[in-house]
Amino acid sequence: MRTDDLIKALDADARSTAMPLGSAWWAGAGAATLIAAVVFWLAIGPRTDIATAIYTARFVAKFVFTMALAVSAFALIRALSTPGASTSRLAAWMIAAPLLVVIAVVLELLSVPAADWGRRLVGSNMLICLTFIPLIGIGPLAVFLAVLRYGAPTRAVLAGSVAGLLAGGLAANFYAAHCFDDSPLFVATWYTIAIAILAALGALGARLFVRW
Amino acid sequence: MTGKDEAELSRLMQAAIAGDEKAYADFLRRTAALVRGFIRRKIVQGGVDPEDVVQETLLAIHVKRHTWRQDLPVLPWVYAIARFKLIDAFRRRGRRIEIEIDEIAETFAEPEAETVSERDINRVLDGLPPAQRSVVSSVSVEGRSIGETAAKFGISETAVRVSLHRGLAAIAKRFGAKQFGRAK
Repeated sequence: MRTDDLIKALDADARSTAMPLGSAWWAGAGAATLIAAVVFWLAIGPRTDIATAIYTARFVAKFVFTMALAVSAFALIRALSTPGASTSRLAAWMIAAPLLVVIAVVLELLSVPAADWGRRLVGSNMLICLTFIPLIGIGPLAVFLAVLRYGAPTRAVLAGSVAGLLAGGLAANFYAAHCFDDSPLFVATWYTIAIAILAALGALGARLFVRW
Repeated sequence: MTGKDEAELSRLMQAAIAGDEKAYADFLRRTAALVRGFIRRKIVQGGVDPEDVVQETLLAIHVKRHTWRQDLPVLPWVYAIARFKLIDAFRRRGRRIEIEIDEIAETFAEPEAETVSERDINRVLDGLPPAQRSVVSSVSVEGRSIGETAAKFGISETAVRVSLHRGLAAIAKRFGAKQFGRAK
């Protein structure tokens, strides 16, 4: 088939009803949030003292970290799924969430006696954390990988790992409302591991399923 | 590539997405020429036929045209897809290739060369379900319109459009697969 013949066929199929990728990302974000919310409520739900917890800095800080991660990952993955879009500035914003956590860890180390560090780091919920962040995030990750497939990522594995970070940020945002361990030492350790699991799954999923 | 190309192609693609078939044909022909110039300059060693990569790129542009953001320039989008498809073509053949990004500015449009070699797309086309294959062939190689194709096969124009759409999507998908079987 000559290229001119191919163009005839493409031209005859010009009518496009496909949703623009930008809209697909917002639809995906909505669906993913809904899935995460449902799993969260069915599986664990918020902690009982949440009404008073929201007035403590450490509790609120958890949502600042997870929101920073989710927002920066969402902005980056939209660019990564669009050929030719510049990603370097958005990639630089990915440092925001880890940086905030590092600052919080330093403040925690300064304000808490060293004897308490170990207890705060280990906490009481680490297995629940390592179980439920991936569990709440796996549905959203599937949604984000589906949107990646709909898009055109030229670096699929990288985009898949960012999809995992996005799903992880979203899931951690819900999980944080359940968890009693508010110390930045706990968050920096166990949330990070849980989210890294989702990032690895995202990279693997993209490698297997995101082709175009 | 010039600023004039960019402005013109963006305008054509916007019109195409709004449903202007004539604009889409213009866009594809001019884009094909630019991509051909780009691909030919990049393929210095043998093993990959440039025109196969041009065709894969056009198909990818077609099935992924919803990923172009209309407020961004269209040529970086086109060349990113062409580069991706070129790397993919080498990877499928077990080769590695490094491609510099900033040489795009020296790309010139080139016409399609006559060739005797079998196109990859024909092999993929042969692997499609018969209904899709005959509709795609009719509209492309045989040069019939949608209406003429519908009359030839005694089916509705809508059915022709559906088969064509699915057939092209299936071809693009085969190209995107890790290995597209040469036998298929």
